[in-house]
Amino acid sequence: MKKELTIFDNPQNVKRLRMGFFIALILVLIAEAFVDMHGEFSVEHFYGFYAVYGFISYVLLIFVAKVLRKIIMRKEDYYDQ
Amino acid sequence: MINNMLPPAFILILGAVLIPFIRGRAKSAYMLVLPVIVFITLMKLPVGNVWVIEFWGYEMILGRMDKLSLIFGYVFTIMAFLGVLFALKVKDDLQHVSGLVYVGSTLGVVLAGDFLSLYLFWEIMAVSSTFLIIASRTKESREAGFRYILVHLIGGLFLLAGIVLYVQKTGTLAFDYIGLSGIESYLIFIGIALNAAAIPLHAWLPDAYPNGTPTSTVFLSAFTTKSAVYLLIRTFPGADILLVIGGLMVALPIFYAVLENDIRRVLSYSLMNQVGFMLVGIGIGSQLALNGAVAHAFCHIIYKALLFMAAGSVLQMTGKIKCTEIGGLYKTMPLTCLFCMVGAASISAFPLFSGFVSKSMIISASAQDKFFLIWLVLQFASTGVVDHAGIKVPFFTFFGHDSGIRAKEPPLNMLLAMGTAAALCVGLGVFYQPLYHLLPFAVDYQPYTGAHVVGQLQLLMFGALAFTLLILSGYYVPEVRSRNLDADWTYRKLGRFVYKLLDRSLNSLNLFAEGVLIRFVKSGASFFSRAAIHMVMFCSVNIWLLLGYREKRLGLKKKRLYEDLNGGTLPIGIGAVVAVSFVLLMMVLTQAGYPLW
Repeated sequence: MKKELTIFDNPQNVKRLRMGFFIALILVLIAEAFVDMHGEFSVEHFYGFYAVYGFISYVLLIFVAKVLRKIIMRKEDYYDQ
Repeated sequence: MINNMLPPAFILILGAVLIPFIRGRAKSAYMLVLPVIVFITLMKLPVGNVWVIEFWGYEMILGRMDKLSLIFGYVFTIMAFLGVLFALKVKDDLQHVSGLVYVGSTLGVVLAGDFLSLYLFWEIMAVSSTFLIIASRTKESREAGFRYILVHLIGGLFLLAGIVLYVQKTGTLAFDYIGLSGIESYLIFIGIALNAAAIPLHAWLPDAYPNGTPTSTVFLSAFTTKSAVYLLIRTFPGADILLVIGGLMVALPIFYAVLENDIRRVLSYSLMNQVGFMLVGIGIGSQLALNGAVAHAFCHIIYKALLFMAAGSVLQMTGKIKCTEIGGLYKTMPLTCLFCMVGAASISAFPLFSGFVSKSMIISASAQDKFFLIWLVLQFASTGVVDHAGIKVPFFTFFGHDSGIRAKEPPLNMLLAMGTAAALCVGLGVFYQPLYHLLPFAVDYQPYTGAHVVGQLQLLMFGALAFTLLILSGYYVPEVRSRNLDADWTYRKLGRFVYKLLDRSLNSLNLFAEGVLIRFVKSGASFFSRAAIHMVMFCSVNIWLLLGYREKRLGLKKKRLYEDLNGGTLPIGIGAVVAVSFVLLMMVLTQAGYPLW
């Protein structure tokens, strides 16, 4: 039997990963101050526009999908009946 | 120089026919060498029209060589090599032969400079890809393959009708930019758009592709849709309707991808989403946008194949592919997991991965021409890609809840294919200059500006933050075994209902029709397919005898071929339909030279 990877079985490691992720989030927010965002559209000039837009899009996507599921979901063998 | 070279389509199609008669290592080597020969041929070809053949008073151009056809030729050939390498250990000649015939016919489509050879290769493509779908030899795959070929035959008829009218009008078979004006252009457009899985003609794709074998779906993912993208770039650049279709394709499939339980169906919807980006680029029509569409097709073919390879490896090693049944596979399949994550980063357009250098071109082009709404939709969809392909596929497959499955890594050839594709994804993301150099228009575009990188990183990472928060709080869409309704409902359920209704109301007529027509057609069709089967059997048996197969081995081979042919009666019958429609086209063409009145 080959050795298994169990790195994420340890909650401590998951926590570390999450911390690293949060630090990276803060870094990309700060980075915006040091680059010229020269967009074609005025919305791009709001500080953190992409971060906000990305977050809202994602939440919207999931919640609309949940509503959609109510309409389109059938049993797995729907077409076999 | 051209005289001693075969057109790439012929190298693969004729080459594929020999595969069943070669054994062992020689067979593997032979299959891998074919795409290499094609690649060398493409590199040596001069610009312009080559292999021009006089045919019934018309010119057939088998090799239209320019920057646009060449870059698609290259990426399809690279893909063929990766696909063959991935499927190398498969003990099923049907898949190997139809796979290479499929690639060959796609190259035929891409290099065709006239409508006659285009249509011929178009139909070979439809038939050979059907064999790849039914290769799983399950009830579902047979039925899905049947629906697939019917839809594509109808699409082919639209294309054919458009071609006939086009030739009547212009008096030439050659084609280049067409543009949407006049009935013939719309018919041609519908025919091509169906192959691009353009909404609302898309349902065949998520219906059929998840039913292929672990290896055949990798082939399927690359060729049909992207050859249609190529044709749209050539014939309908700047068509406004593509902005609408592309916008819908970018936005709608991601909702389905969020809900879907079957990983390969998630990837199929994601494929539609990516083709949507390309269609938007074609719809914008500026040089930057068209370059973006081409570059995105190039990168997409490789990372999408990589994702389908990872999914195929999981399916082959565990026998399962549904989110609800797998999870925690990183423990014993770390390499597959790593390759899958490279594919996920590429499709999400993470900086330093291939999707970033191509997708940003299309988005920049939309901003440059001030398409604000389209730009917002594209950015929204970019976040959507992060969800389904960037996070959902790797997370629920390799992490998530531990399913307890401890499957081994796939065989070396599959790992090598994935490793090469992953290396290409990173390579294209870092060293993008060679790719830009191949694009149809001269490029003055810089993907790695501070604004691009920071904006994209914020978009992706705050999307991922939303995922983290939603899954920790339990608000994320739960994994459920389900079937989600899509446009194929119209012909799978509504169609059946209408049929029953007609059956009841028109019963007497129906009986009559069945008595006379159906029986007549049935016996005719079965005669032809029977004749075809026996002809193939006869030829093969003789060749096997020559090759020294005897007794038991010969019997076994005969039995398998017979079963394959019988099981695949359908595509053979359909081949007959294609042949008949082709003859009809020829008859119309010979008339086209004269005035109609």
